[in-house]
Amino acid sequence: MAELLGSSSVRSGRASFCLRVVGFVLLLVFAAAASASRDISNGTSKEPNPAREEDPHHRSNTTHHKKAFPVLSFNYEHVRTPFEISLWILLALLMKLGFHIIPRLSHVVPESCLLIFVGLLVGGIIKAIGEKPPILDSTLFFLYLLPPIILDAGYFLPIRPFTENLGTILVFAVVGTLWNAFFIGGMMYAVCQIEGTGLGGVDLLSCLLFGAIISAVDPVAVLAMFEEIHINELLHILVFGESLLNDAVTVVLYHLFEEFAHIGTVTVADAFLGVVCFFVVSLGGILVGAIYGILGAFTSRFTSHTRVIEPLFVFLYSYMAYLSAEVFHLSGIMSLIACGVMMRPYVEANISHKSYTTIKYFLKMWSSVSETLIFIFLGVSTVAGPHSWNWTFVVLTVILCFVSRMLGVVGLTYIINKFRIVKLTKKEQFIVAYGGLRGAIAFSLGFLLTNDKMKDMFLTAIITVIFFTVFVQGMTIKPLVDLLAVKKKKESKRSINEEIHTQFLDHLLTGIEDVCGHYGHHHWKDKLNRFNKAYVKKWLIAGERSTEPQLISFYNKLEMKQAIMLVESGSAAKLPSTLSSVSMQNIQPRAQPRGRIIPRISKGREEEIRKLLRANLQKTRQRLRSYSRHDLMIDPFEDNMSEVRFRKQRVEMERRMSHYLTVPANRQEAPPVRKVRFESDHQVYLADDGDSRAVSGRRATQPNLSSPDAVSLLDESSQRANQRSPDPPRRGPELQESQEEQDQLKLSRCLSDPGPNKDGDEDSSFIS
Amino acid sequence: MGVSVAYSHVVGVWRSFFPTVSLEQIINLHKRFKQLSGNEDTISRENLDSIPALATNPIRKQIIEAFFDKRNQRQDEVGSFHEIGFEQFLMVMSHFRPPTLKTTEEEREVMRREKLRFLFNMHDTDSDGTITLDEYRKVVEELLSKSGAIGLEAAKAIADAAMLEVASTNVPHMEPDEFYEGITFEHFEQILKGLEMESRMHIRFLDVNTTTMHCGK
Repeated sequence: MAELLGSSSVRSGRASFCLRVVGFVLLLVFAAAASASRDISNGTSKEPNPAREEDPHHRSNTTHHKKAFPVLSFNYEHVRTPFEISLWILLALLMKLGFHIIPRLSHVVPESCLLIFVGLLVGGIIKAIGEKPPILDSTLFFLYLLPPIILDAGYFLPIRPFTENLGTILVFAVVGTLWNAFFIGGMMYAVCQIEGTGLGGVDLLSCLLFGAIISAVDPVAVLAMFEEIHINELLHILVFGESLLNDAVTVVLYHLFEEFAHIGTVTVADAFLGVVCFFVVSLGGILVGAIYGILGAFTSRFTSHTRVIEPLFVFLYSYMAYLSAEVFHLSGIMSLIACGVMMRPYVEANISHKSYTTIKYFLKMWSSVSETLIFIFLGVSTVAGPHSWNWTFVVLTVILCFVSRMLGVVGLTYIINKFRIVKLTKKEQFIVAYGGLRGAIAFSLGFLLTNDKMKDMFLTAIITVIFFTVFVQGMTIKPLVDLLAVKKKKESKRSINEEIHTQFLDHLLTGIEDVCGHYGHHHWKDKLNRFNKAYVKKWLIAGERSTEPQLISFYNKLEMKQAIMLVESGSAAKLPSTLSSVSMQNIQPRAQPRGRIIPRISKGREEEIRKLLRANLQKTRQRLRSYSRHDLMIDPFEDNMSEVRFRKQRVEMERRMSHYLTVPANRQEAPPVRKVRFESDHQVYLADDGDSRAVSGRRATQPNLSSPDAVSLLDESSQRANQRSPDPPRRGPELQESQEEQDQLKLSRCLSDPGPNKDGDEDSSFIS
Repeated sequence: MGVSVAYSHVVGVWRSFFPTVSLEQIINLHKRFKQLSGNEDTISRENLDSIPALATNPIRKQIIEAFFDKRNQRQDEVGSFHEIGFEQFLMVMSHFRPPTLKTTEEEREVMRREKLRFLFNMHDTDSDGTITLDEYRKVVEELLSKSGAIGLEAAKAIADAAMLEVASTNVPHMEPDEFYEGITFEHFEQILKGLEMESRMHIRFLDVNTTTMHCGK
């Protein structure tokens, strides 16, 4: 105990020391950058000098007055922009790193708060130096910082809960945001009319514009917050879905009021046009996104020969979708979401496993960087921006935001619950209301305003609201969630039984609805699935996978994950998570008395297997011969030979391995060779050949496994299988299992090993 | 209203399970029942077979069988009916009611168990109280039956893996020569705990009369 305390104090001491060092270094860097930038402003006057310096040099050739060759020169201007950008990003990431080193801080304060705080600090330092701190430029924000976050969210959007709650989400997004905007705008205007507040100059349209800006729940802030509190799926998707879908409303309201703020009046026709505009913006955005999504899916069908660039297609098509939507002032966020959602099932069926991992990690990386930068810039902009503090306005804004959100959610839920089957409880309503955070989108929209008179006041109020929601609501939501005992996200991973029963339930409920005779939710979903399977998948998915049912692809993914887990945890000696001694034989029905009739493998099949194994062994040896920057390392599992069949074989093998992972490692001395028994055309079993006498004899044949002659070994052992069929199938169980397990390793190794390893390394990993 | 008198005993029985059911919903179901049975008093398997929308459902045999299963009538009988009346029809339908805001935690537990029991009965075709490997294989096969040859091969592997999972979750340590007989109801409950059946296994019972909106069945 004392050691723990001692070590933790040492660690915290070390951490605080690290932080101090980091802070000091950063200060130095910033001072250097600031002074360098000051030099640059002088540098423009220096520029003619180099030109003049050359002249003397020329002249010096003639006058023989040579200047020394500059060994070291300073040219910062050349790399200034990328240098500063990289410096900012580096700072942001170092800060992020720092938070997670300090032990208790990240539990109490959410990361977004810390980042804003850092931004404030940095802004303060820059201002103290005397420089002008950079402001979160709206172009930078909307074109570069926001899309990665939204794409990450949209691509990994959990479709099932989203579509199940779509009605609720839409009501919150559209009606809720409209209510917020008009309520806040209206109340602000009413208060502004009161004498004595000094706000008489604010007219109705400006107030409504302000209301429109401040009313939308921000996806960036919500994401940052909810990631840390691990709330249950329903609440998460409700708040998050709302924050994504309210973009259309925000865009329309913003443009509408901004247009009319200049003109000064709004007619009924304008209001009607506004409504039409809303539908155009949202549906148009979704359409643009869907088109790009289908294009992306279609493109991915043909990428089997150029796997390296597969992730780029996903990123570029999505970004184009966003930009195209922005061109027409449609909702870029909805376009991006639609693109990601549309693309994903087909792209994932087409691309390689490595590309999938790349996409996942790049998206997470970019969105993480973006988020960090956004919050830091928010902090810096707070210090930088021109402020006009008006107590009434600001305090009123904060209060009104909170109140209108609460009222809106409660009121809407009352109506929604009449249509929902699973109603929202009061606790859930509270969390939905409390989780409505405002963030950088509101700030950027406010920054885009052109009316200088009100802009400063609006910006100040917006920043205050953002700070309030992020700091106060952000910090208190976690304890509140615990206090109210709201259901948390269930951590367990999906099991095959759950998947089977989810599908079963889908069909069951569709069937019951058909018996009842009404076309409900399940009926239409079923119709959509059948349409998808019959027509769309054929076009967008390459090869045989277009007909693969979902259950099977789920199962394959699961088995692959288990096999990879097995590999990463070392050999089968170490048991990963489940400590279970149950294996296949415990659940197989007792061997039938008719014995094991082993069918003869067809010649064709044998030939195939032989070719497969031989080709693999050769390829893995060739792997190290040629090197090209644009080629991925040739992986025995991703090649042009019949990928599907190979995949099936691999799946079978991995399944076997995952079964044997549950067997206690009861190692015997001499693992005899197992033979391969082919039961059906596509299943490979390893079975006991049941003869202990031949153990020593077979030891001699052991080294053959690592060579191409392994094929002949299999051949002869399968023949031996046919001979030995009458032997008793069951022997000493431990012997059998450990032998099977080790044999499994050997067989698997012979498929991937780069070279013969005569010593038979027991612990070498599966994929070398 | 004469109709409500005719239904009163049915409503009474059902209201004990489904407090929020309305008379309109029961009347609609009765209309549907009459339509399916061809204005008779009982429905047979052929009546349900002839619903066209069910033709594309991979598990339609099990669904139809569930209506005639005596175990779903909450009366602790086993076996199956040849024909069912409206009361039995309603009793099966009552398994699909949703929880309400007023449902307490214990009631949710009971509801969940009941729905899981319904599913269990659908899998356990020989009524012996356990789902054997063969029965489970059949379940997965039926699920994948519309997917052609790929489905049938993989069904076996999937069912085996699923069974293994149930066994290893519920009985972690088995001797190598022990045999896991089959999934009992407790194990079934355990393995599907995460799905929260009471919130997922329900359909919407309509107040509006839609049977006249569809021509024929």
